[in-house]
Amino acid sequence: MAGLEDLYREIILDHYRNPRNRGELEVPPATMAEGFNPLCGDEVRVYLQVADGIITEVGIGGQGCSISQSSASMMSTAVVGKSIDETRSVLRKFKEMMSIHEHGLEGDHLSPDENQPGRSGLGDLEALRGVVKFPVRIKCATLGWNTLEQALTEPGDG
Amino acid sequence: MNTKTATPGSLDVTSVKADFPLLQREVHGKSIVYLDSGATSQKPQSVLDAMDRYYSEINANVHRGAYYIAERATAAVESARAALAEFLGAPSSEEIVFTKNATEAINLVAHSWGRTNLTEGDVVLLTMLEHHANIVPWQQLAAERGVEIRWIPVDDEGCLELTNLDDLLNGARLLAVTAASNVTGALPPIRRLTDAAHAVDATVLVDASQWVPHQPSDITAWGADFVAVTGHKMLGPTGIGALWGRQELLSAMPPFLGGGSMIQNVTVDGFTPADVPTRFEAGTQPISEIVGWHASIDYLNQLGMETIAAHEQHLTAYALRTLVDRFGDDLTIHGPPSVENRGGTLSLAYRDIHPHDLSQVLDQHGVCVRAGHHCAKPLMKVLGVSATARASLYLYNDESDVDALADALAAAGEFFKF
Repeated sequence: MAGLEDLYREIILDHYRNPRNRGELEVPPATMAEGFNPLCGDEVRVYLQVADGIITEVGIGGQGCSISQSSASMMSTAVVGKSIDETRSVLRKFKEMMSIHEHGLEGDHLSPDENQPGRSGLGDLEALRGVVKFPVRIKCATLGWNTLEQALTEPGDG
Repeated sequence: MNTKTATPGSLDVTSVKADFPLLQREVHGKSIVYLDSGATSQKPQSVLDAMDRYYSEINANVHRGAYYIAERATAAVESARAALAEFLGAPSSEEIVFTKNATEAINLVAHSWGRTNLTEGDVVLLTMLEHHANIVPWQQLAAERGVEIRWIPVDDEGCLELTNLDDLLNGARLLAVTAASNVTGALPPIRRLTDAAHAVDATVLVDASQWVPHQPSDITAWGADFVAVTGHKMLGPTGIGALWGRQELLSAMPPFLGGGSMIQNVTVDGFTPADVPTRFEAGTQPISEIVGWHASIDYLNQLGMETIAAHEQHLTAYALRTLVDRFGDDLTIHGPPSVENRGGTLSLAYRDIHPHDLSQVLDQHGVCVRAGHHCAKPLMKVLGVSATARASLYLYNDESDVDALADALAAAGEFFKF
């Protein structure tokens, strides 16, 4: 059985208590996208400042549960300084990690290697892997990322 | 069996609980503590048996075949209609239209009555307590017809603020109001509202989804024109609800859905609709669900709604007392503080723990509560929250369930201590 510790890893709680890159950026020049989880009312706003194809600044707004807010916070630290292409690659890897539930809830189909932290190249974001054992919360964890994806498609000055 | 007139006694919750198979199970190694009946109720064995028996003994389409089991199935549907009418205190079972749920019942009124009677500039008066089911159909109508929507506000206790009722009703053609809030548990004064609405010739629709499962119902005494109800919150199956409407209103309304059953005649040139209620029951109805709903009505009648209401009031008082005693200012309970004008729906905010996180920890203790906006986003905004954790009590809950909730809340506080 999946325990609470699988969901609420220390680093997740840390990002919830001390969210990084919290705040708004001026639009324009920044772009902004807003995401909602219609099930629970969680909201995330993602502001992106892009210069020469590099994300130079991220702002996170909104409110919601520890998983949605910490995931957005962790996302912001993961993509600052990355190119749009690199960002899309992280985005894809993260969403892949979050779609494990389609194959099995316990993640036991993964080879031991794949279950090892660090194998996905996602770094700290690996801490969110446990969310897939709580299917209802997957939408919380992906909210910020889907909103990032939207923000990337917004026309901006960058 | 109808023991509606039985004097209220005390409810033997242990024996009630034993009637519900699901309440015997464990989750995460703990006995289940089901506190989400506001979302849907659990079902007693008698309801499951009735649906099973329907399929194994009399399954046939109704109002069609002239053979034995078809007649039995038809009789089962019509006796369910009669039982529901009596349970609600409706004057006639012919005024009961089966629908998929209360949502469909409200949509039926919005489409059929609304599109016949409302035009640009007409006012529909809603309340800030409404569930999205009693908001969105009217917003759809507003967008299509230019109907104006007004709102009765709520006060700090999550009850309707009625000081400006007369102004709000000025020019109103319809008042649509819930009989019991699914968020704050508030019980609006329906008779007072219908009297005020009728004084300006406004029609009144009552969403009774959260009332009928918990209180003795007398919709005639409410004086309403339409009442929407749903089966699955009152021990019945999902997929079945009903609209009650005054005969003269229903008879003047065009059909909502077109199809089989709802006609008197069809030619290549057109159709003649059937009489009420058949006019509004297009296609094959969910027959086993209707039969199951009847069994749930029998179950409730056997215990007596007065007895159930008294039990829930007692339990709600115990819950309010226990939660305030144990958590004091750390816990906010949205809604009326006194049991006199509220039901057993407790929307909670505990410290700064997000309702989703709270319900996640509660789940580990086997405690099922609902976290979210409860399909009442306008009300959430007034309450100044985006979500709450909601515990809703029903006849099969007792003080041990409330204690389990309190223990689990304390454990959540410990877990998220920061």
